[in-house]
Amino acid sequence: MDPECAQLLPALCAVLVDPRQPVADDTCLEKLLDWFKTVTEGDIFFPVGSLNLTPCKKKVWELLGEERSSRGTPGAVPLVTPGLGRPHRVQCRAAAGAPLPGGAAVPCAESPGPEFWGPLLLTPPGRNLRSPGKLLPVSSGAVDTIFSLQGDSSLFVASAASQLLVHVLALSMQGGAEGQPCLPGGDWPACAQRIMDHVEESLCSAATPKVTQALNVLTTTFGRCQSPWTEALWVRLSPRVACLLERDPIPAAHSFVDLLLCVARSPVFSSSDGSLWETVVRALSCLGPTHMGPLALGILKLEHCPQALRTQAFQVLLQPLACVLKATVQAPGPPGLLDGTADDATTVDTLLASKSSCAGLLCRTLAHLEELQPLPQRPSPWPQASLLGATVTVLRLCDGSAAPASSVGGHLCGTLAGCVRVQRAALDFLGTLSQGTGPQELVTQALAVLLECLESPGSSPTVLKKAFQATLRWLLSSPKTPGCSDLGPLIPQFLRELFPVLQKRLCHPCWEVRDSALEFLTQLSRHWGGQADFRCALLASEVPELALQLLQDPESYVRASAVTAMGQLSSQGLHAPTSPEHAEARQSLFPELLHILSVDSEGFPRRAVMQVFTEWLRDGHADAARDMEQFVATVLQVASRDLDWEVRAQGLELALVFLGQTLGPPRTHCPYAVALPEVAPAQPLTEALRALCHVGLFDFAFCALFDCDRPVAQKSCDLLLFLRDKIASYSSLREARGGPNTASAEATLPRWRAGEQAQPPGDQEPEAVLAMLRSLDLEGLRSTLAESSDHVEKSPQSLLQDMLATGGFLQGDEADCY
Amino acid sequence: YCLSGHPTLPCNVLKFKSTTIMLDCGLDMTSTLNFLPLPLVQSPRLSNLPGWSLKDGNAFLDKIYIIPSLSFRRANNLSTVDVILISNYALYDALPIHTRHTGFTAQCMPRNHQCQKAQSASLLLPSPLKDAVEVSTWRRCYTMQEVNSALSKIQLVGYSQKIELFGAVQVTPLSSGYALGSSNWIIQSHYEKVSYVSGSSLLTTHPQPMDQASLKNSDVLVLTGLTQIPTANPDGMVGEFCSNLALTVRNGGNVLVPCYPSGVIYDLLECLYQYIDSAGLSSVPLYFISPVANSSLEFSQIFAEWLCHNKQSKVYLPEPPFPHAELIQTNKLKHYPSIHGDFSNDFRQPCVVFTGHPSLRFGDVVHFMELWGKSSLNTVIFTEPDFSYLEALAPYQPLAMKCIYCPIDTRLNFIQVSKLLKEVQPLHVVCPEQYTQPPPAQSHRMDLMIDCQPPAMSYRRAEVLALPFKRRYEKIEIMPELADSLVPMEIKPGISLATVSAVLHTKDNKHLLQPPPRPAQPTSGKKRKRVSDDVPDCKVLKPLLSGSIPVEQFVQTLEKHGFSDIKVEDTAKGHIVLLQEAETLIQIEEDSTHIICDNDEMLRVRLRDLVLKFLQKF
Repeated sequence: MDPECAQLLPALCAVLVDPRQPVADDTCLEKLLDWFKTVTEGDIFFPVGSLNLTPCKKKVWELLGEERSSRGTPGAVPLVTPGLGRPHRVQCRAAAGAPLPGGAAVPCAESPGPEFWGPLLLTPPGRNLRSPGKLLPVSSGAVDTIFSLQGDSSLFVASAASQLLVHVLALSMQGGAEGQPCLPGGDWPACAQRIMDHVEESLCSAATPKVTQALNVLTTTFGRCQSPWTEALWVRLSPRVACLLERDPIPAAHSFVDLLLCVARSPVFSSSDGSLWETVVRALSCLGPTHMGPLALGILKLEHCPQALRTQAFQVLLQPLACVLKATVQAPGPPGLLDGTADDATTVDTLLASKSSCAGLLCRTLAHLEELQPLPQRPSPWPQASLLGATVTVLRLCDGSAAPASSVGGHLCGTLAGCVRVQRAALDFLGTLSQGTGPQELVTQALAVLLECLESPGSSPTVLKKAFQATLRWLLSSPKTPGCSDLGPLIPQFLRELFPVLQKRLCHPCWEVRDSALEFLTQLSRHWGGQADFRCALLASEVPELALQLLQDPESYVRASAVTAMGQLSSQGLHAPTSPEHAEARQSLFPELLHILSVDSEGFPRRAVMQVFTEWLRDGHADAARDMEQFVATVLQVASRDLDWEVRAQGLELALVFLGQTLGPPRTHCPYAVALPEVAPAQPLTEALRALCHVGLFDFAFCALFDCDRPVAQKSCDLLLFLRDKIASYSSLREARGGPNTASAEATLPRWRAGEQAQPPGDQEPEAVLAMLRSLDLEGLRSTLAESSDHVEKSPQSLLQDMLATGGFLQGDEADCY
Repeated sequence: YCLSGHPTLPCNVLKFKSTTIMLDCGLDMTSTLNFLPLPLVQSPRLSNLPGWSLKDGNAFLDKIYIIPSLSFRRANNLSTVDVILISNYALYDALPIHTRHTGFTAQCMPRNHQCQKAQSASLLLPSPLKDAVEVSTWRRCYTMQEVNSALSKIQLVGYSQKIELFGAVQVTPLSSGYALGSSNWIIQSHYEKVSYVSGSSLLTTHPQPMDQASLKNSDVLVLTGLTQIPTANPDGMVGEFCSNLALTVRNGGNVLVPCYPSGVIYDLLECLYQYIDSAGLSSVPLYFISPVANSSLEFSQIFAEWLCHNKQSKVYLPEPPFPHAELIQTNKLKHYPSIHGDFSNDFRQPCVVFTGHPSLRFGDVVHFMELWGKSSLNTVIFTEPDFSYLEALAPYQPLAMKCIYCPIDTRLNFIQVSKLLKEVQPLHVVCPEQYTQPPPAQSHRMDLMIDCQPPAMSYRRAEVLALPFKRRYEKIEIMPELADSLVPMEIKPGISLATVSAVLHTKDNKHLLQPPPRPAQPTSGKKRKRVSDDVPDCKVLKPLLSGSIPVEQFVQTLEKHGFSDIKVEDTAKGHIVLLQEAETLIQIEEDSTHIICDNDEMLRVRLRDLVLKFLQKF
């Protein structure tokens, strides 16, 4: 705790304890409690013996209790900070010397509030440390009150009550004075017994909310507590839990699944725990399709699990897709998905019940499989071909082109036609499936369905975006001819068909579509810019020309994407065909992008331009390499005037790249990294510094150092520190030239602060700038900048001052109130 | 009566409460595809076409035009039609046929805006055909005089205006959201309601939104005019239209859009207004060539009450509701009555031309097809779904220009219909049979049909369908003085009855109960009785009886009055009391009592009085 806060706290305690004093609003009280929690948790060695927080806390509880009463709902704050009970031991022990108002041992009362929390907060020192379980207010109705709060209309309160119950249970189960855990078969502590009875009773209740509460308490318990006693708890309660499966419908199925998975994940339970797996197996066959999927997925993600159960879970997960495939397949397809998946009437019913249930089930299934696919513990063998076929079928059902083989298929066709939600999920999964290998025929089908999707006028912008993403993944994962830079056999033909579609999409009236198409083009050219097939197909199309025209798009996002795309194409010499008639188009893109950086009214395109220029400089793009200093000087000059801080920050990034290329790359700060031999700078330091001065880098960096936007100043600080480190070894510079004349640089400092350019670039003396660099406390500046701009307002000291000021202000102006 | 086999060009006749109402009179123009195009100048290529056959074996004709068969003329005498209700501008094309040559004497009721369009459309719709030689039947039907004559019979109505038809039914137009002035109709009596939904749209375009609420509580909902392209999303098609237009123009090509002079073109122009700048096509001219181009563009700006809310708001600012006004002001959109005259001077390429007719058989579009068809740089984009674009293009083959089919049909699709029916919940739905089964080409698409409960009743061309409701009640008004004279008597708690003696006066399908005339006074003068006073004298009315006769008590009463040897038999309908001694039968049934005795009137009267004691009289 800060000494300043420690000084303010007694006065605040006095204000809070004094009933005549008006109190601040409850938000302040909540913040105060949060701070108490932080202090007591993290600062246990703070000598609180000299400072008694307890009356203050008690007052806060009282105030919150009043607040709760006035609102008619229990305040959530006292409940969500149950951890306060634990640190009190330290604190109360320290406070033992000071008498507590109202007596140390406040008796338990029926209602929650300060009286209830009193035993937890104000227990005399020594007792609670030795036997915490005995201190819990078992005999009172306090636990009953927590039980009742579980059903509170506020979800926050209800959730906090359940969590508190888990805390109380865990605390009571901590065992005797020696800290030994309770024996599994032994007597349960009275408090734990009460809670167990309540949970058992709730599990047997006919009211679903009660069952949900009980299951949530158990889920939290098994999730947080991994002591041996939790096994005894499961042994006791598992029959009751299993009984839930006998009810129709199964109550609180979602919570039920959560509990089973939580128990299964707990390290306390060995994988051979028969009762658990039996219950899971039963659940997999009893639960509805909505809940079976998450359970199956959870099982398949477990590290240790019986193989038979994994097989069953995988079949459950595949069931909806198997139904789809079965309903549409004209002839027996490849083995895999249909094997071992008997027709599940419930799944079929769900698929046929309504459009929303069908779409929901398929979307969940596809999302689960997408989540499972990249995991190492995914089932093996993975039915890649069947999944690919099923996903293509789902997409064909969505676009209405699937041919149903049965009445179920016909129904599915009608249900899924035009269903954008399923289309998006299927495209996501199809993209994921690109990571596996599949038969050539199915790959062809996948690419064909993607092309149709991209081409279809009915595809919505979001579907098109997903289709572009999936297509990109398939293209980038397609096998290449070994030892050859060309693409595989399928791809050239696909590209020839793709680019006309891409052209059309680049002209789409919906800006989202144009944007997605440009992003796709950028990514594709980034990865395939060197592939002859790709270059050939791209340059034969009008795509580069259309992308160039989109630099003038009215939508700023599209302009930004066009800038990025053209920057990428230009880097690889793809921004225009090489034929003579396109000579004009092949001219440098630099002036056009610089124009955008200078005049575009929106920030996104300007940021994109800066990123492109940085990339160009880094990669040695012809426009940048032709006259690097001129390039950097021009860009920095424009960027320094930009009102967008991200543009200025990107300008610093560009400056850093330039520094690296002039003085050598920055040294790694990782202590374990292999130290590379110092690369000699490309040119002597003096010349290098003069070049830096010439491009106006110092002006730009020093102005940025005093930038009103913190990230810019931070980045500039880092850049200058890097520069200072780089030149540190060149101490001979000063000696060789004599004493530096820092007067001119110091004179320009106020102008930098004002954000003005000091002198024309090139007029600065490198030595003077270096001296200025050495004289600045850059480390101190960096640490200052590291603090957020509102750190003062957010500090506890500010909070305490505000609360005191509120009280003081009201007191002082009492006479003026009329 | 269904008189049209085309579900989007309906022509039905509804007989309802002594009125005969024709619902729309669309004219199926697809048979024009059987003709060769009518070029502006003689085309050797077209005139020398060999015996070209379409897929179905039809040959192109150049001599005879077959007027769409008017089967309703055989089925019904059109003179019996009391009124024709028009739903939108596309569904009155057959009006001159109905009004001129069939003895039609009644009124037609289109929307205000439609009327204006009709007058202007008479210049356009079948214009080339009208002027063509040797198309005698067509010429007779569609002379300017006949069109004007048909239009003169039109009565203009506004949305939600209630119109009485002969006092029997009330018809009310409701906005259908499809086009300017398009409407659905409610035809209702006091106790029955028939809704006629034809060509409606739930999309947010330029017209006033569809009024769904007023369609609730319908006994029967007749549903026609759904989208012809249920699988094509209009938004996607507009995107496709713009993309292809931009690609063509950027490459120096021209774009030809065969279209009608109103309807979707307003939305296309609005879309292009936003798009051309973003696509860098501001310098590309848009030409709208039609005899009614000017009036179409101008009328659309002044009919504020038919517009959607946003556009209505603009009118009151005042600003032009449609952005094509700005396109015209900035010379980006130019309109011409034909390709002659100013257009020839202004024409520059590349450009976008909107012109008719979508069938590519007549109108200025024929000229542009001939002009631009040879270059692969040009593109023809079909946006109207009424004609098969492949058949439309057939006489122009081989064609180098690109052809894009982007049918834009904003009318209801089946998903929207399903939602609409759930919202409106009519007791019965009646629709063309095409809507009750998937399209033949997509027989597996069960979603492309109407799915409702109870299943929709379907009709087909030349079929008569009895609507599934029976009229049970009729509203009769009662004069206040007559009402004052009634003395209701409560026969059950909450139910009171009173006998009414009155004269039922029926005029113009309205019924009125008037007090009965007073008994005739002895005539003292020599005046002759007026005819109106010659009302038949009312007989003295016997009271009405109600209640039931308890058999046991009745028998006891008979015994008290000296009857003996009484036997009671139960029958299926009641009881028979047999007075053996008097040789008399008394049949007591639920709604009648008969006393059968042999010519003993005294005995009958005596027994009758005993029976009456057990009944209430009023």
